Amino acid sequence: MEVIKVSNLTKKFGNFTAVDHISFDVRRGEIFGFLGANGAGKTTAMQMLCGISKPTSGKGTVAGYDILRENEKIKRNIGYMSQKFSLYEDLKVWENIRLFGGIYGMTDHEINEKTDELLYRLKFEKERNTMVKSLPLGWKQKLAFSVAIFHTPQIVFLDEPTGGVDPAMRRQFWEMIYEASDQGITVFVTTHYMDEAEYCNRVSIMVDGRIDALDTPQNLKEIYQAQNMDEVFRKLARKATRIEN
Amino acid sequence: MITVNNLYKSYGKVTALNDLSFRVNDGEIFGVIGPDGSGKTTLFRILASLLLPDGGSAGMNGLDVVKDFRKIRGIIGYMPGRFSLYQDLSVEENLKFFATVFNTTIEENYLLIKDIYQQIEPFKKRRAGALSGGMKQKLALSCALIHKPEVLILDEPTTGVDPVSRKEFWDMLERLKSEGITILISTAYMDEAGLCDRIALMREGNFIAADTPQNIINSYTETLWAVQTENMSASLRDLRDHPQVKTCFAFGNKHHVTVRADLSISGLQRYLKEKGYSKVEIDAVAPTVEDCFMALTN
Repeated sequence: MEVIKVSNLTKKFGNFTAVDHISFDVRRGEIFGFLGANGAGKTTAMQMLCGISKPTSGKGTVAGYDILRENEKIKRNIGYMSQKFSLYEDLKVWENIRLFGGIYGMTDHEINEKTDELLYRLKFEKERNTMVKSLPLGWKQKLAFSVAIFHTPQIVFLDEPTGGVDPAMRRQFWEMIYEASDQGITVFVTTHYMDEAEYCNRVSIMVDGRIDALDTPQNLKEIYQAQNMDEVFRKLARKATRIEN
Repeated sequence: MITVNNLYKSYGKVTALNDLSFRVNDGEIFGVIGPDGSGKTTLFRILASLLLPDGGSAGMNGLDVVKDFRKIRGIIGYMPGRFSLYQDLSVEENLKFFATVFNTTIEENYLLIKDIYQQIEPFKKRRAGALSGGMKQKLALSCALIHKPEVLILDEPTTGVDPVSRKEFWDMLERLKSEGITILISTAYMDEAGLCDRIALMREGNFIAADTPQNIINSYTETLWAVQTENMSASLRDLRDHPQVKTCFAFGNKHHVTVRADLSISGLQRYLKEKGYSKVEIDAVAPTVEDCFMALTN
């Protein structure tokens, strides 16, 4: 069963084709790594999948909704988190949870019940009234991810969630990703850490707006006769001809 | 040369730097790695003369960062972690501005920045705010270099940068080093730590280790194995449940496991087979800088 299904998705800005006829599927519960060099078109592609940007041409569905006509419904059925923005620093822990739960249309009752459960699971009970800005970064990140999947979306989009994060914390974060995936939430993740590419069920690599490779990490390493994903990435990204825009 | 003696800095109750002392030699690439909040940015800002220490002293090439702050600013190039160029000026205007502030011209030091600047030159009329992440980075480095500094201070310059561009960035640092520029850099990528002449692991305001990458690796004392099974996420938990396993972390397609002396490879193999894994591969492996970091910060 596919949670994302797109064909020939294209986005042009004037003469510039940022995303060039990409076609792929993502299966339910899968951890899907969406890789590419800076400027390859990842962000633009992701914006189309999240219903924020309208494709120039092509079609597809995300969480069962049409990306051309039902982008509002898509927004309700996905979660999103990035390293750059995820929580309101000047709100307390519980207020952030309340806000995002409300945005996603959860009832007060549901929010209250799940907030207690979440704080217990994260061992955050004592931090309920703490301002987010005074939490250590590792905690913030755990909270941001938990908030992004608080409304149990079908799919969560993670845009470089571990950028600049130290090795121990990156691993803790990935263990949370595994847990979400075990619960049936599909994870769509971008990263520049190639060891993290190995943790994905399947990986796609974008070059100059196109998807040049898509397979399991194991198969990609065999196809490109590479020791690791770093080598696979370098072999593909080196083929890029367009200047970063 | 950078000299730091007994540096202290606190923000209210939070101690950011705690009696930190070290030295960076001329023409050396010195890397600082550590968890967020360990004091890296505070240290860099003090060295860039942008923040006053509460105690201790720091200086470079004979100048003190507090007393000689004006002169210090003339000999350093500083690239903060957050993009801090003028978003509303064009690429070229930003570069020209920084050159002018330092009483120089783009032409005078063009050779030093040529390799980097050429990559963004086709877009020199574009507003800096409209550049992509990788290009902003290149412009920021060009601006930090335009007055031909003796010391370069780079705060996480490659965060959010893809592997190919990171490689290019490090090739460039090597060239700057060969020009005799001393480089102090922080990074969250452990493969980059291996490219420094010396690295320091920072934690809670001080260095817990500072040495060449090779010596840091040599001082690793744990027994380290790489484990592979057919179900990596489940085996992570099962390995941690073993009483003789000290730590277990994912490392790409393998798990790195440290164990107590009384466990053998065949013993762990048997344990995993009993847990129902059919494909189990365990090998003793040499530690990487990342393993050392995990061991030292654990």
